[in-house]
Amino acid sequence: MHTLSIKQMTEQLKARTLTSVALTQHYLDRIEKFDGELNTFITVTPELAIEMAKAADKRLDEGNATLLTGIPIAHKDIFCVDGVKTTCGSKMLSNFVSPYDANVVEKLKAEGMPILGKTNMDEFAMGSSSESSYYGPTKNPWDLKAVPGGSSGGAAAVIAAGLAPMATGTDTGGSIRQPASFCGITGIKPTYGAVSRYGMIAYASSFDQGGPMTRSAEDAAWMLDAMAGFDERDSTSSEAAFNACSANLNDSIKGLKVGVPSEYFGEGLNADVAKVVKNAIAELEKQGAEVVEVSLPNTELAVPAYYVLAPAEASSNLSRFDAVRYGYRCENPVDLEDLYTRSRTEGFGAEVQRRIMVGAYALSAGYYDAYYLKAQKLRRVVRDDFSKAFQNCDIIVGPVAPEPAFNIGEKSDDPISMYLADLYTIPVNLAGMPGMSVPAGFVDGRPVGLHLIGNYHSEAKLLNVAHQYQQTTDWHTQVPAAYK
Amino acid sequence: MSDKTILGKHEVDTISRLAAISVAESEVEQVAEKLTSILDLFAQMEKVNTDGVAPMSHPLDQVQRLRPDVVTETSIREKVLKLAPSSEDNLFLVPQVID
Repeated sequence: MHTLSIKQMTEQLKARTLTSVALTQHYLDRIEKFDGELNTFITVTPELAIEMAKAADKRLDEGNATLLTGIPIAHKDIFCVDGVKTTCGSKMLSNFVSPYDANVVEKLKAEGMPILGKTNMDEFAMGSSSESSYYGPTKNPWDLKAVPGGSSGGAAAVIAAGLAPMATGTDTGGSIRQPASFCGITGIKPTYGAVSRYGMIAYASSFDQGGPMTRSAEDAAWMLDAMAGFDERDSTSSEAAFNACSANLNDSIKGLKVGVPSEYFGEGLNADVAKVVKNAIAELEKQGAEVVEVSLPNTELAVPAYYVLAPAEASSNLSRFDAVRYGYRCENPVDLEDLYTRSRTEGFGAEVQRRIMVGAYALSAGYYDAYYLKAQKLRRVVRDDFSKAFQNCDIIVGPVAPEPAFNIGEKSDDPISMYLADLYTIPVNLAGMPGMSVPAGFVDGRPVGLHLIGNYHSEAKLLNVAHQYQQTTDWHTQVPAAYK
Repeated sequence: MSDKTILGKHEVDTISRLAAISVAESEVEQVAEKLTSILDLFAQMEKVNTDGVAPMSHPLDQVQRLRPDVVTETSIREKVLKLAPSSEDNLFLVPQVID
């Protein structure tokens, strides 16, 4: 049942040959069976899931269901769900029961999607391996020794192992695309502002963007159509009308101009990963796409610029954790300063502390121009590179990450090598453009994704290309042997 | 800024105060080392001349939206106060600030 497409599930639900309660219970049983070894969930919500499934069945019986009514979903633990513990992978929020729903949660609840639980993630979404979670690392279903990627590693592993048919993720520097690549699933980061940030715990607000994580592009298109749209409660929500993605999936990609940036195939890219990506590009050509060379000359500088800007925003965003209004509070504080400092020191993990400190330093008097302002200027330079490239092509393709999933513990003590793992995803966040990862093959049994990058508001085009690619390839339908 | 920036105890103390995060005496050296390696990464930004480039703070160069000044939210005071580590009479409690 867990290998069906969302379309097939919906058809069975509508025909009433399948109930949402049965479907939801199937996933709850799989979570019960497999989550122990994978550690994909921080919180499982079986009662809520079944209660919502019953309500969905009622809607289906009455004939007023939408495309997604009755399909269960797992939310990344960065999204607030009213009445459910929302930890963001941190000890700081280990006792936080959200008093309201995130916009994304509200929208998907309105579709009638039962909530299975909250998925594991790097603490405050700061990481590329899901190892920095206070609740322990998530394992990659393709190889338990490997990381699932991060920060949405729990969500990616949940989809790969068939513990949920759909999951929400967020992507600040690659946190949807990189775990999607590492776990062999489909994930899309929409244009900045397309999906509301309301109720999505903030890391770096000018980058943070929610999106779907699913098995196929078709599933993702349906989910994104339900998630996206203007929200007045998010001050940077895009006012441009969101173009529905599911309508164009079947368009031919004949004549599509596919840009290949040489900078994405330079030193540091694993040769086997390069081969997988090149094969995928050849497949697009076979379907009639035309390959053109493009250049993104400042790719290398995106990583340092991002690691100035994102921590700077984080140091400001995470100043809200003061142990006064909510969150972890230390024992017996002697005065206010002790309350703040000791609560934050005990409540935040090492990488979060490091990014807050780096951000505070980058913003401090005397360093602002050299670091923060310089990085903001580079951000525009990187964005302009993309804009120039898109004058000669419709989409840009390349690798998502320089290598397949690395081993648990391999990079966890070396922040710089962890940061460089996001070399190809970060520039897209700086530009605020949409990007996605599509399963394209394996290297030594570990999945590899194809990176599709589009101009602003081109989600429908990306999903169309991904769907067409998935019509002639079957990488996205593969399931790790232990979770069939 | 082109000289390599190496952080010492003094800088770590300053950063720790700005961040309201304390660094144990035994960890100062290790923290300084990791922060220094991150500053090394930042130094690469100098490779590109950005004179005359306007800083970019928002990917869509969108301006701040305004809305009429009317009440739009309903009160969730009780739910919110329940989350507080310590509260009394609808107030958040903290250690004594004024003698």
